[in-house]
Amino acid sequence: MSFVLIVEQILNGLQLGVTLFLMSAGLTLIFGVMGLINLAHGSLYMVGAFAAAAVAGAFGSFILALIAALAAAAIAGAIVEISILRRLYRRDHLDQVLATFALILIFSEGTRWVFGSFPLYLDIPNYLQGPVMLPGEIQYPLYRITLIILGVLVAIFLGLLISKTRIGIKIRAGENDREMIAALGVDISKLYTMIFALGAALAGLAGALVGAIQSVEVGMGEPVLILAFVVIVIGGIGSIKGAMVGSVLVGLTDTLGGVFLPKILQLFMDISTATNVGSSIASMAIYILMGAILIWRPTGLYGSRL
Amino acid sequence: MKSLLNVSVGIIAAACLTMGSASADTKVGMITTLSGGGAGLGIDVRDGFMLAIKQSGRSDINVVIEDDQRKPDVAVKLADKMIQSEKVDVLTGIIWSNLAMAVVPSATAQGKFYLSPNAGPSVLAGKGCHENYFNVAWQNDNIHEAAGAYADGAGYKKTFILAPNYPAGKDALVGFKRYFKGQIAGEIYTKLGQTDYAAEIAQIRAAGADSVFFFLPGGMGIAFLKQYSGSGVDLPIVGPAFSFDQGILQAVGEAALGVVNTSQWNKDLDNPTNAAFVKSFKAEYGRLPSLYASQGFDTANLLISAVAKADVNDTDAFRAALKSADFDSTRGDFSFSSNHHPIQSIYAREVIKEGDVYTNKTISVALENHSNVYTQDCKM
Repeated sequence: MSFVLIVEQILNGLQLGVTLFLMSAGLTLIFGVMGLINLAHGSLYMVGAFAAAAVAGAFGSFILALIAALAAAAIAGAIVEISILRRLYRRDHLDQVLATFALILIFSEGTRWVFGSFPLYLDIPNYLQGPVMLPGEIQYPLYRITLIILGVLVAIFLGLLISKTRIGIKIRAGENDREMIAALGVDISKLYTMIFALGAALAGLAGALVGAIQSVEVGMGEPVLILAFVVIVIGGIGSIKGAMVGSVLVGLTDTLGGVFLPKILQLFMDISTATNVGSSIASMAIYILMGAILIWRPTGLYGSRL
Repeated sequence: MKSLLNVSVGIIAAACLTMGSASADTKVGMITTLSGGGAGLGIDVRDGFMLAIKQSGRSDINVVIEDDQRKPDVAVKLADKMIQSEKVDVLTGIIWSNLAMAVVPSATAQGKFYLSPNAGPSVLAGKGCHENYFNVAWQNDNIHEAAGAYADGAGYKKTFILAPNYPAGKDALVGFKRYFKGQIAGEIYTKLGQTDYAAEIAQIRAAGADSVFFFLPGGMGIAFLKQYSGSGVDLPIVGPAFSFDQGILQAVGEAALGVVNTSQWNKDLDNPTNAAFVKSFKAEYGRLPSLYASQGFDTANLLISAVAKADVNDTDAFRAALKSADFDSTRGDFSFSSNHHPIQSIYAREVIKEGDVYTNKTISVALENHSNVYTQDCKM
């Protein structure tokens, strides 16, 4: 086990963490401010990836593709919020889960009708291809470093937005007391649509960024959605800071657990059993982490309410 | 909405095919994956199958098609419905091994024939084999065994192997190791459905291997290949056809170029049936056929050959007609082993670019007239 491998795996964990952050930031805002459990958040991630693949295919520009992903997901999010979800805020969580689950099916089959059943092609642009040498002889893909930097920039932007701007004040106020902020003359429904579109746009951006190194296909959003829910439960619902810390924790646990548990187990058992047992435990690692954190802090790391 | 879609697909399929139904019609139930992430495979099997039925011009074969959504419970319900209310004689279509395990044993126990166009789990080839179960594709281990044989023949000495942590993934690594004589530099079971392979690629880099074998079907393979090509690791890759097939290659793109993969079929296999199949498939559906389409096509032709020889209600005669495999397959020589799995050659192919389209070129025979290791476990 070399030092280089360990550093590389930590970078991998960080990179998974920041992509998870893009997903969970929107999810936690929507859950925290509007009290809505949005299972269709993964579908918005998929919409972003498909929009990016379509635009990249037509115009060949990755930057345009990312803009298209942001726009398509934000528009899809706003439409869904105005037409369907708005009616669900006062209903209980079970109704919300049911309705947003239906949205997953509609988005999936709709995407399949438009784009067909085969995975689409979306690749990294040439200028981000290939590995770079980091200090200490560490070879690491340039694109993944770009992902980490982008994720951190988005986190800083969101942090400033929430803490320093007028919109941020409204969002925080809406989280605390939605009747009072409505009484003070803020158009709460416009605010909700805006937050939802913002969350959707972030999910779409994540879909496009990740789609370029994974596969753009129907149903790609659901596995990420589960991880994103784990993140916001760990971080505390409604907290952007919690989402950031939670994402990095989950990313590191998942990556390092998957790599090092089988290695550690190999000290006591033969290789194939160790790989087997190790990978099984590694799959559970993030849920064990979540359980442990919830015992210690039932509201999550930065959450204020259950 | 899904069920509405299924019903309409069923009705259209039935309407297309029930022209002139007589009492001696053979009724076929096709359960396959037509929606969700794995739909591309099911659609190809269906299209290949229906193309053969159409070309045969037979109006006495009646096909009902339903979508299993890649869910075992849905597949079981559909099978029950087809057997009990539709009264089908033959079932076919299932793509995934776990769904086949849920459906096949009970269908064959009820006296129905099952022709597998794809899944070939080891249980159904060994202890769980049945006289009414025929696999027209391969036993699950076969393609991986061929990959092992190819890697060995290519002179690789130290290979890093990885597959998802589920039964077919374990079969894959076992199959590969059965024919690969060199050293294993590392062995990883990844999570099923995993899409980020940065951690695995880092381990490959650190392992000092001279080649990589992986079995990662569907989107997992696309993700792995793209990330591998960007990582700076440039060891040669060997894999089974599933990650390099026609439907998936365009999404992988340049990252797949030059990779050697093993398959029992390729579009350039030199036999008249195959040439006609590739041409007519392209004319009918406007895309190149995949491995799965060829399997669907062969399955239908096997069925047609049996229907021509015997009445499906005369079970013994029909079974003997199936067993004789008296049809022209798209992969050349084809016969059944004692446990009703194919004896066939498996080829090594290389990913190339033809114009704008990524496709495969056959480069050598990896295993000639290959059967499977489970024949002695099967008591029929």
